[in-house]
Amino acid sequence: MTQKKLIIALAGNANVGKSVIFNYLTGLHQHIGNWPGKTVERAEGTLSFKGYTIDIVDLPGIYSLSTYSLEELVSRKYIAVERPDLVINVVDASVLERNLFFTLQLMELETPMIVALNQVDIAKRKGIEIDTEKLEQLLGVPVVQTVATKGIGISQLLEMAIKAIEKGQTTRREVRYGEEVEERIAKITETLQGIQFYYPRRYVAIKLLEGDEEIAREIAKLAPQAVNTAKELTGEIENLHGHACSTVITSERYEVAGRVARQAQKLVPPLKPTAEERLHNLTTHRIAGYLIMISSLLLIFYAIFTFGNYTSDLLSNLLNRLEPLSTNLFGTGIVGSLVWGGVAEGLIAGVTVALPYIIPFYIVLYFLEDSGYLSRIAFLMDNAMHKIGLHGKAFIPMMLGYGCNVPACLGCRIMETKRERTLAAFVTTLVPCAARTVIILGLVGRFIGIQWALVLYVFDLFVIFALGRLAFRVLPGEPSALIMEMSDYRRPDLKTVLKETWFRLAEFIKIAFPLIIVGSLVIKAADVFGLLNPVANLLSPVTVAWLGLPVITGITLIFGVLRKELSLILLAALLAPTGLQALTPVQMVVFTLVAMFYIPCVATISALVRELGGKKALFITLFEIAFAIILGGVALRVLTLFT
Amino acid sequence: MSSKGVEDYLKALYILSRNGEPISTTEIAEHFKIAPASVTEMLKKLAKKGYVKYSPYHGAHLTSKGFQVAEKIARKHRLLERFLHDVLRIREDKVHSEACEMEHALSDEAEESLCRFLKHPDLCPDDSKIIPACDLPFSTCEECVELHKKDFEESGRRQQIPVSISQLKKGERGKVSFIRGEHKVLQRLSDMGLTPGTEVTVVKSAPFHGPLEILVRGSRLALGRGMTEIIFVEAEKE
Repeated sequence: MTQKKLIIALAGNANVGKSVIFNYLTGLHQHIGNWPGKTVERAEGTLSFKGYTIDIVDLPGIYSLSTYSLEELVSRKYIAVERPDLVINVVDASVLERNLFFTLQLMELETPMIVALNQVDIAKRKGIEIDTEKLEQLLGVPVVQTVATKGIGISQLLEMAIKAIEKGQTTRREVRYGEEVEERIAKITETLQGIQFYYPRRYVAIKLLEGDEEIAREIAKLAPQAVNTAKELTGEIENLHGHACSTVITSERYEVAGRVARQAQKLVPPLKPTAEERLHNLTTHRIAGYLIMISSLLLIFYAIFTFGNYTSDLLSNLLNRLEPLSTNLFGTGIVGSLVWGGVAEGLIAGVTVALPYIIPFYIVLYFLEDSGYLSRIAFLMDNAMHKIGLHGKAFIPMMLGYGCNVPACLGCRIMETKRERTLAAFVTTLVPCAARTVIILGLVGRFIGIQWALVLYVFDLFVIFALGRLAFRVLPGEPSALIMEMSDYRRPDLKTVLKETWFRLAEFIKIAFPLIIVGSLVIKAADVFGLLNPVANLLSPVTVAWLGLPVITGITLIFGVLRKELSLILLAALLAPTGLQALTPVQMVVFTLVAMFYIPCVATISALVRELGGKKALFITLFEIAFAIILGGVALRVLTLFT
Repeated sequence: MSSKGVEDYLKALYILSRNGEPISTTEIAEHFKIAPASVTEMLKKLAKKGYVKYSPYHGAHLTSKGFQVAEKIARKHRLLERFLHDVLRIREDKVHSEACEMEHALSDEAEESLCRFLKHPDLCPDDSKIIPACDLPFSTCEECVELHKKDFEESGRRQQIPVSISQLKKGERGKVSFIRGEHKVLQRLSDMGLTPGTEVTVVKSAPFHGPLEILVRGSRLALGRGMTEIIFVEAEKE
């Protein structure tokens, strides 16, 4: 029997457990990419069930199908144009009304669908009891209760999905608005007769009334009179209600969602606040909240660095043992040193940085995100981030930056506007990542004293603040304020966390590794062909005359572009036999300052290119080079005054 | 001379006058920041129309006809200041110049409505000057309210002045009245459930003027200060 193919899409609000269901359904058969030409993520997976091969597409978590964000637009178009066989709408039972608002919009798209009423356990604890049958009847759509984190209801959900597809769906109710709106929807629908369009006519009529730009643009090509009629009617509704027409329609849609929710759910609020509630109050408390945040962040960093340092050493020892093998195979000639010193060492560098620091970092990050704690941190930090024109959410990529700037830059995607993404990415590249921490601790911390290393850290914060403010002033556009849901705390799903980590890691490897290897090869080649010393001499006006550093730092700083801590490791090697002690304390501080700021590493640059485009990435890179050189020179002169 | 000019002059004399003593030309000149010579000329014109009594070297003072006009305009000015400040949330130091422009265009009827809408304020916001009483045939403000209550409800105007949600204190509730902002922000906020008429509860605010935590339709939202200042609610009374 040949397997029949089906496509099922998962749609729903953010934080409703959609990705947990997705993971349950597809296991490891997943593929994460981007929507064609968009920076919106597309997760896809497959499973076999009852003789079907089912493709599951996990749509981004969104609150509406308007055109507020790219995610919303992509989701809407996907459902309308590619017409999956079924949409599973994942609904958070504990926030039914707001979730149904989205369900109603899916229904308006006239797509075959079923509802997964998820997190019923959390709802129950909050005293919300939902009558599934009643809800089914009110929506005219099958509803299955699930607790995805425990795998409850998933197979019933799948069975219901197949049944719905096989039977074909006819029972769906229509969302009815007030008479004044319905009349006008009818009028517009009339003008749309005979037009072939991927959205249903009624949907188009509603969206035209809402002033949806994308649909108005498309329809203007097919039926310009419809757009004009809609404009007129929009004005009429606005006069009638004294509010924007889109607000009127959203309002009425919410009215329907509220009515359905009230009829289907029974509310018995618990007498005592739930454990989640108490945890929320504690973690957002004006004093305790900050204490908890700071101590948990410190603990996390400490744990990650300890683990990272240990594993990193272990791995590099292990991998460096392979050198004789390479020598045996390729010899010690030009080919041999290019293979080992170029390709292999680049690879080792990548492995020893990526695996030990980034993996635990991602795991912790997704734990924090999945549990809901990240949104509380954003809440607490919103005000501080505002000083540099960003809102609380930007604190998350910045925090990531302390581990590695690459995922941090990629993480800037969570910012809503282009301006904020640019600003956040720029600020993030100034955050001292694990590699820069190695330099700070390994040079200043070790030879001058840990307190001086701390001073550099604090100084870094100051630079972030100052340059962030500067960029905030220079970049055109208005800062936007925070609008964020703080969903209830919940137990993170380990499998989902690990999977997220794995896919992020794969993304990082894909971006960073080729560059690290190529870069390492190029520099090794330059070394083999004796080009390094001339380059170092070429740089000496900057390194020696202006910064007061030894000539060879020119070379090490070039290597540092690949990986920041390489600049230190190499410096130690080149200064042999005295080692790093050959530097004066002032030189150490100057070198560390320059290494901290002088350029984002090659992998970060590629992440910047990917997120912001080449022009902005180049600008940021050049700016930071200039900034570090100026800063280093000034620091040298100031510090010499005091010593 | 325009009516605006006349009104401005009379208002100045009204403000500067003390116990009916004549006000000197130099004082008026300083007030308007113009030359004393042009003040003299103006005063002569106003005297001709019967608004002021002017005698050279002594200065000028308002006649009862002038006083009436001046008081009316001062009242309009100060009511407008209250409106601009309390309802539109325009900064205190900006309301004066704004009101100066608007006072001349405000009809007596609108002035009356404004007074009721603002619940008969006594003082103006920027310098706490007393707002002169109206010249309507009511002995008390309650009488005026009673008489107009019916039209008031029928016309569906708000009984209460909407305030931005950032004005609500911890634990206070309100109903969304309107949201000021560009289309996208409006869309986003209403998509999150903040539509007109929706009840919102302020749970708490983060320290140092941080974001506000609110409950809306059973969900918990964090709204940055920029957002809370554009959402206007009718506060619910305890």
